[in-house]
Amino acid sequence: MDARELIARRAALELADGEVVNLGFGMPTAVANFVPQGVHVILQSENGCFGFGPTPKLGEQDADVANAGGQPISLLPGASIFDMATSFAIIRGGHVNTAILGALEVDGEGSIANWAVPIAPGKYSPGMGGAMDLTGAAQKVVAILQHTDKKGSSKILKRCTLPVTGKGVVNVIITDKAVFHVKNGKLVLEEVVAGMSVEQVKAITDAEFEVAPDLCEYRLAAAPAAKSASS
Amino acid sequence: MHKFITIDQAVAKVQDGDSVMLGGFLGVGAPLRCIQKLVERGVKNLTIISAVNGYPGGGFDMAPLFSNKQVKKFIGAHIGTCPEAVEAYKSGLTEVELYPMGTWIEKIRAAGSGLGGVLTPIGLGTLVEQGKQKLTIEGKDYLLELPLRAKFAFIKGHKADKMGNVEYRGVSVGSNPTIAMAADYTVAEVDEIVEIGEIEPIRVGTPGVFVNAVVQGSTFAEHQKEVEELWVRTGRLQAQ
Repeated sequence: MDARELIARRAALELADGEVVNLGFGMPTAVANFVPQGVHVILQSENGCFGFGPTPKLGEQDADVANAGGQPISLLPGASIFDMATSFAIIRGGHVNTAILGALEVDGEGSIANWAVPIAPGKYSPGMGGAMDLTGAAQKVVAILQHTDKKGSSKILKRCTLPVTGKGVVNVIITDKAVFHVKNGKLVLEEVVAGMSVEQVKAITDAEFEVAPDLCEYRLAAAPAAKSASS
Repeated sequence: MHKFITIDQAVAKVQDGDSVMLGGFLGVGAPLRCIQKLVERGVKNLTIISAVNGYPGGGFDMAPLFSNKQVKKFIGAHIGTCPEAVEAYKSGLTEVELYPMGTWIEKIRAAGSGLGGVLTPIGLGTLVEQGKQKLTIEGKDYLLELPLRAKFAFIKGHKADKMGNVEYRGVSVGSNPTIAMAADYTVAEVDEIVEIGEIEPIRVGTPGVFVNAVVQGSTFAEHQKEVEELWVRTGRLQAQ
């Protein structure tokens, strides 16, 4: 299993039945494929809908029905459509239970950076989109990212080096190696992948963390039973 | 009053240096034919105000406005999808002003609704708060975000009648109803122009009082075809 699938399958366990959920661009969108059986969530797309379903097949798409990534989506029974002001009233008003967002960096205070990569002095891309609204107001913020970058350096830092999306806003950090909770501004290691020791996690983690007394093995949502039948 | 004019007539009103709001989200719900005409006209030094930038990968939607060097400033929440816009920003051709998306839409709603600004906690503790007034209301901190309006708004609807009443369709509603309220001159590009009375009153998403001109864009069938080809070409839609 690749790191992205691992993270998506762990992140899916953060969702509880009946929740209103927003999945950010990129890796978080894959979480929808692994929502455990019996858990029904209402997915929001911030461009303006609740209740979207799988990508339609060619011929079943609608040019006026797409997600915030510009991709065609289907609408499930019970879906609703609203304008952008309402969509962000939903977010900023605290009506989203869980937001799962990709991160470039997270830190020991529970801050997240995911909107700004410097492209020239004082200039940043790609922009925050809806990420600041989500980190600022969702009831639970889950940050997902690979534990280290391509060079093996930690992406769980003492302090974010990139401009932050939200300061001290993250509740749960999920990487391909471990799961941390942020409690009172401190990281607590809750789960570690099989075969990895706490010392090994420390070696690839720049931020300080405590170890939960009930530290357990990294949990995974089941893979969908019949992938071909679900799409 | 009859508001039906041609796209040429509508876009001809835009002059060098004007501010232009564009509806749509990565091309969906975007006034594509009006944008195309703005590119053909080649008006320069525009301030483009849009929630996000062009369709991912570029070459569509508002991307040609950037490659054609027509955009002096972009005001939105996200720019990174559109390589042409990122390049223009990087090289200094285009200045970029970014806001959290919920703040961006509320600034425009404030402008259209006669408000002096909005107070929001979003952006506190980030670069967004730079240069902004911070207010403490009942013990909580907020940023004061000022209204944002433009000379022109180009919106995209499904149908409009000749009074300018606009009916939206699908998730393409987006920012369109909000920006329609916040411009001196609002143009509604639609799939179909219908007679007065044909749109059920409850289906009117933007009342005609906000709309100055109605123009015929692609037909519904052409629009569906164009987007299908785009999605197939860019790997977002596959025969399964």
